[in-house]
Amino acid sequence: MSETQLTANRDLSDRVSESEHPRSPVAQFGADRPLRLDAGIELSPFQIAYQTYGNLNKDRSNAVLICHALTGDQHAANVHPLTGKPGWWEIMIGPGQPIDTDRYFVICANVLGGCMGTTGPASINPKTGTSWGLEFPVITIRDMVRAQAMLIDHLGIDMLFAVAGGSMGGMQVLQWAATYPDRVFAALPVACATRHSAQNIAFHEVGRQAVMADPEWRHGRYQVEGTNPRRGLAVARMGAHITYLSDAALHRKFGRKFQDRTNPTFSFDADFEVESYLRHQGSSFVERFDANSYLYLTRAMDYFDLASDYDGVLASAFKGTKTRFCVTSFTSDWLFPTSESRDIVHALNAGGARVSFAEIVTDKGHDAFLLDEPEFHAIVRGFLQSAGAARGLAPSRD
Amino acid sequence: MMLLHAKHDLTMADAARGQGDTRLDHLLVAEMVEPGSRVLDVGCGDGELLKLLEWRGVDGRGIELSREGVNECVAKGLAVIQGDADTDLIDYPDDAFDYVILSQTLQATRKPRVVLEHMLRIGRHAVVSFPNFGHWKIRLEIMFGGRMPVTDNLPDSWYETPNIHFCTIKDFRQLCHLVGAKMEKAVALNAWGSPLRLNAPWWFWNLFGEQAVFLLSRRP
Repeated sequence: MSETQLTANRDLSDRVSESEHPRSPVAQFGADRPLRLDAGIELSPFQIAYQTYGNLNKDRSNAVLICHALTGDQHAANVHPLTGKPGWWEIMIGPGQPIDTDRYFVICANVLGGCMGTTGPASINPKTGTSWGLEFPVITIRDMVRAQAMLIDHLGIDMLFAVAGGSMGGMQVLQWAATYPDRVFAALPVACATRHSAQNIAFHEVGRQAVMADPEWRHGRYQVEGTNPRRGLAVARMGAHITYLSDAALHRKFGRKFQDRTNPTFSFDADFEVESYLRHQGSSFVERFDANSYLYLTRAMDYFDLASDYDGVLASAFKGTKTRFCVTSFTSDWLFPTSESRDIVHALNAGGARVSFAEIVTDKGHDAFLLDEPEFHAIVRGFLQSAGAARGLAPSRD
Repeated sequence: MMLLHAKHDLTMADAARGQGDTRLDHLLVAEMVEPGSRVLDVGCGDGELLKLLEWRGVDGRGIELSREGVNECVAKGLAVIQGDADTDLIDYPDDAFDYVILSQTLQATRKPRVVLEHMLRIGRHAVVSFPNFGHWKIRLEIMFGGRMPVTDNLPDSWYETPNIHFCTIKDFRQLCHLVGAKMEKAVALNAWGSPLRLNAPWWFWNLFGEQAVFLLSRRP
């Protein structure tokens, strides 16, 4: 075995062990507490891996749940155990940050179907003793939220002060507000929609087909057969990554610049910087993510259509809600464009909800919600401070 | 847009709270709103009036066209959305609010009549403040200057102003009549920002009022 192969296999075993025995606190739900899924199946037993930051106050009124996006995980504001990189939302969460851990008790859980310690297709199926693979039931955004609600119960919290998240995380925020209106004081859905568009389903299908076309995928049995569909998953990630950026951002970052060369090589080597960047995105992703998880989570997003649970009338999902909403979108986000956030706002207005809506000017595309966008951060901070005053939380020290 | 600043020795309660530079027209609007009611401020700008209303215990929401204004409001913790009075009021259900306020914005809308009708549909009351184009200074400027007036309170040239539908107090009363609105209260302010005598006749207000604030309700 070559050295790179050895390293790759070690990474794989790290990742597999992380999905079963994560380096995070874990809440176990035994046979007495099954999770009833939209697919009509009861999942039991199952577990949720999560991280917390800050302290829960004695009224248990300062908890903020962070919902992560498709390829995120519970490591929002701590060093990632597999990659060694900072948490994906450290710019937002921390002492003195907009989601201020000196003030709020922040919880972030790996979603159901994920691969960082919460039960998903990479976990061991207790019936077979091997990983679930495609035997794992297809899950929905609502299933993820139901599981999170069980975690919140487990932590002894009745009402969350806030639920926040972008992209797939934003879908969970909307689902939380619709399913548990009395348990969400404030909601921050960022760069999301109440339903996945045809274009987004199409992109997801391309990603899934890339995974399934990899001969190492073995109909999802790669863990049992000792293979790993690295290439397929990397291609899926490369394609998806383009949709998280924008034409302007790609041009600003890479233009037509060559990678470590001055002339084209007249080959299919990664001549351009942008190619090399995407290849890197693909190969680093497969070190921390499970291919089947990718299939299940993209599917859950595709199935998301909040209005369909309310006879097609979105406003009914939020009728009479007391939750305060702050909806934000980004001008260059073409995956979840501002028009979709406006639909959320219209439905909330029609339902009589207290809603703020801001569109942030940026050329950074969908990923802008993860990046340094001072105006966005000021809005999150201001919204939470005002909601905190209404909730009777002590003000932040400025 | 008009920016009348109240003096520090204002006797009104809000001025006493250290809001010494609160705009007088805002105070007048705020005084027309019952504390504890639900209010939509259409064209809420940087949220100054909404903030004043929230101090007075009002559950306030806002719509603002400019992105800068919206983002400033949201960062202040106000429930404000980006939107256009001309196109977005249609999305609000009937009777969603106790009051719908249009402060110094009527003259900048494309369809003032439609906007006013929506306000009276969405809210039980409407509060409208606007600059009076019948004020004697404006009449004099057109009469003797022969040009569109540029004053301290209306500082933009005709080709730059966002104000496309100026009206006089008399015009506005006629519009109220047209849309079936009942006038519950009206105040006109002179050039120094003081209210004109309440028992003054309408023609006097139309000539000496530099701006006006109306509290309207739907005719039953």
